[in-house]
Amino acid sequence: MATDTTSTSLESAAQGVSVTGWEAFKNSWFYKFTLFPLGQIFGFILGVSVILTVLALLLAVVFPEPRENINLTQQIARQLPDMIIGGVSIGFVYAMIALGYTLVYGVLKFINFAHSEFFMVGSVVGFEVMQRIGAAGEGVLEAWNPILLIVALVLSGMVISGTLAVIVERVAYRPLRGAPRLVPLISAIGVSFLLIDVVRGFAAITRNDFNLTYPVSQVSFFQQRPEITLTPENAPLLQFWFTAANRDEIDIGLRMTSLIIIVAAILMLLILNWFVNGTKQGRGIRAVSQDMATAGLMGINANLMISLTFFLGGAFGGAAGVLYGLNVGTVTPFVGFIPGLTAFTAAVLGGIGNMTGALLGGLALGLIETFLNGILVYFPAFGQRYTPVFTFSVLILVLLFRPSGLLGAKVDEKV
Amino acid sequence: MTARTSSTSNPLAQMLGFLKQPMVALVAIIAYLLLSLGLLIGLDRGSTVFPLLSMIFFPPFVLAPFLILASPLDGKIKLALIAIQLIILLPLLGIFDSTYLELAIQICIFAGLALGLNIVVGFAGLLDLGYIAFFAVGAYTWAMFTSPIDTIFTINNWTVSANAFYGFVFLGVFFAGVAGILLGLPVLRLRGDYLAIVTLGFGEIIRIVANNLGSPVNITNGSQGLDTVSRPSADFLHPFVIGMEQITGRPIANVEPLAYQILFYFIAILMIVVIIVVARNLENSPIGRAWTAIREDETAAIAMGVPLTRMKLMAFASGAAFAGALGVLYGAKQTFVSPESFSLIQSISILAMVIVGGLGGIRGVLLGAVVVTLLNLQVLKNLSLQINAWKNVDAVIPGWFIIAAAVVVGGLLLYWAYRQLRAALKRREGWFSYLVPAVAALLGVYIAISSFGAQDFPIANWPSQLEPARYERLVFGVLLVIMMIFRPSGLLPEPRRKMELAASKREQEQNKAAGAGD
Repeated sequence: MATDTTSTSLESAAQGVSVTGWEAFKNSWFYKFTLFPLGQIFGFILGVSVILTVLALLLAVVFPEPRENINLTQQIARQLPDMIIGGVSIGFVYAMIALGYTLVYGVLKFINFAHSEFFMVGSVVGFEVMQRIGAAGEGVLEAWNPILLIVALVLSGMVISGTLAVIVERVAYRPLRGAPRLVPLISAIGVSFLLIDVVRGFAAITRNDFNLTYPVSQVSFFQQRPEITLTPENAPLLQFWFTAANRDEIDIGLRMTSLIIIVAAILMLLILNWFVNGTKQGRGIRAVSQDMATAGLMGINANLMISLTFFLGGAFGGAAGVLYGLNVGTVTPFVGFIPGLTAFTAAVLGGIGNMTGALLGGLALGLIETFLNGILVYFPAFGQRYTPVFTFSVLILVLLFRPSGLLGAKVDEKV
Repeated sequence: MTARTSSTSNPLAQMLGFLKQPMVALVAIIAYLLLSLGLLIGLDRGSTVFPLLSMIFFPPFVLAPFLILASPLDGKIKLALIAIQLIILLPLLGIFDSTYLELAIQICIFAGLALGLNIVVGFAGLLDLGYIAFFAVGAYTWAMFTSPIDTIFTINNWTVSANAFYGFVFLGVFFAGVAGILLGLPVLRLRGDYLAIVTLGFGEIIRIVANNLGSPVNITNGSQGLDTVSRPSADFLHPFVIGMEQITGRPIANVEPLAYQILFYFIAILMIVVIIVVARNLENSPIGRAWTAIREDETAAIAMGVPLTRMKLMAFASGAAFAGALGVLYGAKQTFVSPESFSLIQSISILAMVIVGGLGGIRGVLLGAVVVTLLNLQVLKNLSLQINAWKNVDAVIPGWFIIAAAVVVGGLLLYWAYRQLRAALKRREGWFSYLVPAVAALLGVYIAISSFGAQDFPIANWPSQLEPARYERLVFGVLLVIMMIFRPSGLLPEPRRKMELAASKREQEQNKAAGAGD
């Protein structure tokens, strides 16, 4: 995510200028792999939220009262914190899935249709592990350190989904490398369907049911809802907000699981950024995605790098699955489809093949979705049920007017 | 062909060579038809293993037309034989057991859909994953105008009489064609995988819209769907059914449903014939050649003056039009239309038919449609029925059989892994990945032996969630992956497509040889 900083360091090294002060700080590990990506993340959240709020308020100007006794401006002002927090948390889930699509597209130039199933497998694995820990006895889950529990769940989801992704690549994609583009795509569709039913069969045998409910209720930590109350006293600058909402104080209720998603996702994204942009293996992946044949000539094992990419993509999908499962509570073998499609839209929106783009696209779509969910309720002719339609419309519009995405470079198709 | 058969001394090949004489082939085919029909009619319906036997005996009978087409007979005789089978023998079988007729109608509908999708994917090379949406347009066109549910149509008295069906087939064609153009317009610039995802999204949008248009204005009755959809009158077939009853000497309990089934069967056959003729003519027309050009190389096609926009829209519209007509038929046949029937899995199953049969070739696509529909609607269903039948009589799978099966399957897998491993070591390539199936095979055999031991497995213990009929996705998934890896050109490949894939395979091997050093 911080690729552009490396070029400046190379330039200054080439010019022989001794780097001091700001320049030195810019080249420091801390800036490149912590401060800069964190700044990007917060910048994206802030930017998208502001744009969406403005759009929502514009809508409120056009339809001040979509229903009787409903003042849209007031409603937006009241719901804003919830919409933003909810949007950011689901946006991080989308971003983590979208990264898998983008990484694989980067190296193989094909859309891994089965990627949403790695997400699904991750969510089911998270359930299995949590269920098994909980089955050891009454109060066992409660006795675990919650942080340790989350780390264990996420890691198990990552390892299994990542391994699965590597196996799928080896079995279903590698024999097809170099075939016409439709061939691996169709194979990927097949893998996707296969995985859904394998997991369903597994759930059927072990649980005789495929609505898998995380035992979240057994852990009081997950049930906590830290609340922040804003009043004119502690936030005098937000006076306009209190006026808009027509309230004396605004409660910001945080769901613990949303917070977990946000913190875990930020940590993992920082690690991924460091891995891809700051390690030898990451350089190998980037080299293969630029030019596989030349990378091979430079002594990079392309197949190994592709497997590594699939592992990374699958692992991130799996982690997203666990976090998503913790947040929504119940997962099924079919859970991957809609988030997968939304995440794919996010990857395309940001510019497929571009990791920063996947992050931006994921956050943007998450926020768009919660804003739509929050606002469409007041329009009886539409309602929330049309949210997926709007998501697809975003995809179609992006592909029509900017096929390379928001941040993607325009690449001419080779003839 | 002839050189190959005459030079072999293999007795089987000699026999096949003998069959190449037209008269012998004719007699053999007639005997085959009558034998397979006789076996099906003669099955004891009360027997425990009836589902299994019916599952084994029906496919050879339905697949007979492909056998006839492959025979060395004169074209007209082939057509006559197929006509006899489809127009006389199949309805006759239907009199004995109407489930076969139902299956035949389903096969016809899916075959028509597969032919329509084949125009888009096979001829023009545009991967469409939302094809079922056009089918839905057709089905809803008919259902909305005839269902007595309180929709906006019923309230305003916009409903039509049941015999408007024949006109509505054309209306379905029209609406679906328009929907095809509407989908085509925004996606004209997209290629390959992007196109696939957008069409998938389009299919989902149509389903979601149909699911939600129950309120505020009730147009589609939402997720409950439209029921009691009208059917065109089949009264004129009653004498025919009664006549059949007298000829076969088999009493028919209820004449009306059977008459409807025969009616829909013949309409479906008629539609298929029309679709085949249209598709063949399109393929060999300037339009078809333009599609091939676009499929092979879009840029070159533009350079040669192919009107890209018009041709792509034409492909979407004509593919969609077929689906529209079949949708109307489906709506009338089911008398119930709900968004459930038009989900992604349906689109994928039609795609699987096209792929399994062979992209681009009409005969191949038909074969693919028959095979996949049989697998989905007959084999899986009958396996479930069979398991239930065995459950009812408390049958057991002997322990020795489980162990033998595990050992055989595991042994084969182990052998395959061993050969791959040895070859990989010889070529000095990565061998590690072949250890995985080897370990999996050993582990599987161990688990099978340790958990079942020499105990018998009562079928009653088979989990009801594991009924084969519910695992259609698994079947489609495995089919697609296996076809792509081992036979991407399908069971009956279209010659040009075969050439293309062979070329890419050669390239692949060259790349492999070049890249073996690293």
